Amino acid sequence: MTDDAQPRFLVSPHPDLVTLLVALFAVLVAASAIGYALERRLSPDGTNAVIENLNDRIRSWWVMVVAMAVALLAGKGGVVVLFALCSFAALREFLTLTSTRRGDHWALAGAFFIVLPVQYWLVYIDWYGLYSIFIPVYAFLAMPIVAALRGDTENYLVRISEVQWALMITVFCASHVPALLTLQIPGYEGRTVMLIAFLVLVVQSSDVLQYVWGKLAGRTPIAPKLSPSKTVEGFAGGALSATALGAALSWMTPFTPVQAALLSFVIVLMGFFGGLVMSAIKRDRGVKDWGHMIAGHGGFIDRLDSVVFAAPVFFHLVRYWWSTV
Amino acid sequence: MAGGPTGAGTTLKRLARLASAAVAAQAIVTFARLVTAVRAVWQGADLSGVQRVYFANHASHGDFILIWTVLPKRLRRRTRPVAGADYWLKTRARAFIGRDVFRAILIERDPERRQEDPVQQMARALDERASLILFPEGTRNTGDEPLLPFRTGLYHLAKARPDVELVPVWIANLNRVMPKGEVLPVPLLCTVTFGAPLHIAASEDKDAFLARTRAALLALAPNGRRP
Repeated sequence: MTDDAQPRFLVSPHPDLVTLLVALFAVLVAASAIGYALERRLSPDGTNAVIENLNDRIRSWWVMVVAMAVALLAGKGGVVVLFALCSFAALREFLTLTSTRRGDHWALAGAFFIVLPVQYWLVYIDWYGLYSIFIPVYAFLAMPIVAALRGDTENYLVRISEVQWALMITVFCASHVPALLTLQIPGYEGRTVMLIAFLVLVVQSSDVLQYVWGKLAGRTPIAPKLSPSKTVEGFAGGALSATALGAALSWMTPFTPVQAALLSFVIVLMGFFGGLVMSAIKRDRGVKDWGHMIAGHGGFIDRLDSVVFAAPVFFHLVRYWWSTV
Repeated sequence: MAGGPTGAGTTLKRLARLASAAVAAQAIVTFARLVTAVRAVWQGADLSGVQRVYFANHASHGDFILIWTVLPKRLRRRTRPVAGADYWLKTRARAFIGRDVFRAILIERDPERRQEDPVQQMARALDERASLILFPEGTRNTGDEPLLPFRTGLYHLAKARPDVELVPVWIANLNRVMPKGEVLPVPLLCTVTFGAPLHIAASEDKDAFLARTRAALLALAPNGRRP
């Protein structure tokens, strides 16, 4: 244990982080090997859609894990920049599907070029009092004003709400992932980066495990109107195994195994409902995926929806019970 | 003696111009991708190197930039947009982009001041093996109608060079990225959809041909808000 509160990650990453990343790479190598074997046996000419999609997903996972690893090793600046870029891509996908008009042009430009960078800058300089209200108070009041000044009232309420909700989901909520780095937990100094790893790992493994359980044992649709591929069996199996995984990861957190399991369960639930809510929006807009940037997954929001719903809740639970600030 | 240095000087100047045009082209393409994450959908046309006239809907000055961006480099070099001379010769920067970067075929829109028939200009470029990007609406569409009526240029060009493939191209969402009169683009996803190639039929009259090509282009427009 070191007393150094300012670890130099690039020079000497925390041993826990190294352990975790090595384990993750091992999992990915195994997944790639299984994907390759399945392709050789079941889809030698690339015609089995499920296998092709699986392998697309695994390849994209490599890119995502490497990007995440680089950001975590780079520390706060890296994580803030990575999530700011994710927010940019997600906001772009979200606003593409809204019914904004010419009169919203300034408000939209403000969302991209002022609100987004300022929110992440506030997180970076750790101004909790402002970043936790900047979007819900200032942006939410300023943007309708800007749009009103342009004078176009057609669908005004709908347009304003869409842009506000877009900012809330893709910028405000997402920025709570890097905000985890600002928590001060006694005895856990210099390791808050592991909280991000914990959150992202539990959410994403829950998604993957629900997918796997659903493919293996899924029978009863849980929300047939929203998401026909989600099943009770997939959800239960995925949620329970991800909760168990979270408990097993308690070594890298300030939590006891039971606390880690409870927090994981909350994360998993929020992630699941996040996926449902974002599916409802896709249904409403008549699209299957949010975008096409990530092969096998769709858009950024398709991959981030569950993280985004879980992050602020996880952040505030940890802040309330563990953090001293 | 006097000719030597001047000749070398102009060659150098030309090379510098070519190099800066190549850099500018790459910068424009990169910028377009950053803002729009533009995606090509090949719906009937393939990526072969066949000479073509791409005809597209026109709602933004960035329209041909997007088509240009999604074309593979080897096709991009041979593909020239057809654009209004009045707009693209207005300032030196625009003239550089129009002439040197995109190598646009600049059409004088005012018939009074025309020195050459626009259809002749386009046909000549086709004879030089170029592919063209053409906006048959003739001007940017800023209204709520998805597509304005076609002008007759496409028909006359098809009559003049009946063997060249005519490929309809629908550009979705770019008008929202940069509406008329705005200077700052708002990042939104765009798609460029390429339809199946058409040819003019031997006996087809002007109205029938323009109606058919317009319908083929409209058929590529996404319904709903799908990018």
